[in-house]
Amino acid sequence: MKYLLLKHYRGGPTPVTGMPMIDKWTPEEISAHVNYMQEFAARLQESGEYVDGQALAPEGTFVRYDGEGRPPVTDGPFAETKDLIAGWMVIDVDSYERALELAAELSAAPGQGGKPIHEWLELRPFLTAPPTITE
Amino acid sequence: MDEVALRSLIPGVLGVLVRRGADFAAAEDAVQDALIEALRVWPADPPRDPLGWLVTVAWRRFLDAVRADAARRRREDLIDEEPPPGPVPAVDDTLRLYFLCAHPSLSPSSAVALTLRAVGGLTTRQIAQAYLVPEATMAQRISRAKRTVSGVRFDQPGDVATVLRVLYLVFNEGYSGDVDLAAEAIRLTRQLAAAIDHPEVAGLLALMLLHHARRAGRTAPDGSLVPLAEQDRSRWDTALIAEGVGILQTALSRDRLGEFQAQAAIAALHADAPTAAETDWVQIVEWYDELVRLTGNPIARLNRAVAVGEADGPRAGLAALAALDDTLPRYTAVAAYLHERDGDPERAAGLYADAARRAASLAERDHLNRQAARLNSHRPG
Repeated sequence: MKYLLLKHYRGGPTPVTGMPMIDKWTPEEISAHVNYMQEFAARLQESGEYVDGQALAPEGTFVRYDGEGRPPVTDGPFAETKDLIAGWMVIDVDSYERALELAAELSAAPGQGGKPIHEWLELRPFLTAPPTITE
Repeated sequence: MDEVALRSLIPGVLGVLVRRGADFAAAEDAVQDALIEALRVWPADPPRDPLGWLVTVAWRRFLDAVRADAARRRREDLIDEEPPPGPVPAVDDTLRLYFLCAHPSLSPSSAVALTLRAVGGLTTRQIAQAYLVPEATMAQRISRAKRTVSGVRFDQPGDVATVLRVLYLVFNEGYSGDVDLAAEAIRLTRQLAAAIDHPEVAGLLALMLLHHARRAGRTAPDGSLVPLAEQDRSRWDTALIAEGVGILQTALSRDRLGEFQAQAAIAALHADAPTAAETDWVQIVEWYDELVRLTGNPIARLNRAVAVGEADGPRAGLAALAALDDTLPRYTAVAAYLHERDGDPERAAGLYADAARRAASLAERDHLNRQAARLNSHRPG
């Protein structure tokens, strides 16, 4: 079963740690954080549970249809929305418990002082194809 | 020779290599290499003896790999280069392969992947496409699975129930990518049924055939789900139904009932009804009673409540439902259906909408939303 692990810049429950912005970290702390993420993805590739992962730029533009023959309407770009998705990872695992375990592991990425940042991650199951046998 | 016929040779080739002394993991890699080579070369240059060709090429690949490995480790190569005359592939080899690939030490997804490759003869790329994951991920899953079973002796007897669970999982995955997993599961279950005489293997094969027979009726041209009661039964495959029923009757006559035979019996009763209204729900309830007794499975209890609703009326169905855990998947959808039949469209519409939010599949969600919309748009005022 596939799950989307969503990493938010903002939004979601109140952060556990003060979460000072990453520009207040030391270069070594940033490197340690980045390495942790890369090693996490590499471990998932090795375990056969990795599907995809991407990071997103913080700025996004809202776009919508504005009628036949008219150019799309845009709003933004916004950097100051309430909820901001920073990136995602898609995993394919055998159970919900395993997905929770992996999300918790990712949330333990080191931050200031090398301590886990306890970041909230959002876990969303993929909708699947319907099973063949239902009755 | 078509691809399916080619793939049916794979377990035999692997069995020959293992009995010549190759370890399973290396033999399996060599057979996969030979398979990919066959897919490339055979269309233009088909061999006279396909099995012999595969054995020769796979054995050569295996020796190359051993030599490369040995050279890397600067060790003497002790493998006999001239293989002993290989006995013909035995049925037992195929059976042992099923047991190994469904070994209880493997996670379900690993057992599925290994079975599809080592027994099914699918390429890693095909399996990756079927399960919508990158090829590298599937390759890792397979090599880890092989490491997991590396200490298991090939000739160790296994539990047929674990094999059946793996094949059931493959079948239920249906058809999402380029590979028709339902058809592949049927092929593998047929092959297993030929290798071992076991009523539950026959039961699972019958179950698959009876569900596969309905496939054309199950989805509308736009891809939406068609509920059993509304399916055009003339689109069901009567030859598959007849085969499934025949296999099931032989299995049941042996009086060793198991969960797959019970499920197949339910599917056979549906297949047997010329119209939905003529379905023998009383007998279906009896089979669900057996299934619940055999498995205690909560999903079987939920489906039993649906059957009770048809056999004894929606009130009885709702009473059966009330005894169950309301967090079960599809519980709310069943409640919606029973309340609609009980003449409470308003409540049913709300429950359908609620069920849509909880649906695990897109087609199911769309279907439940349409049910809610249908009831809401027919309500007066």
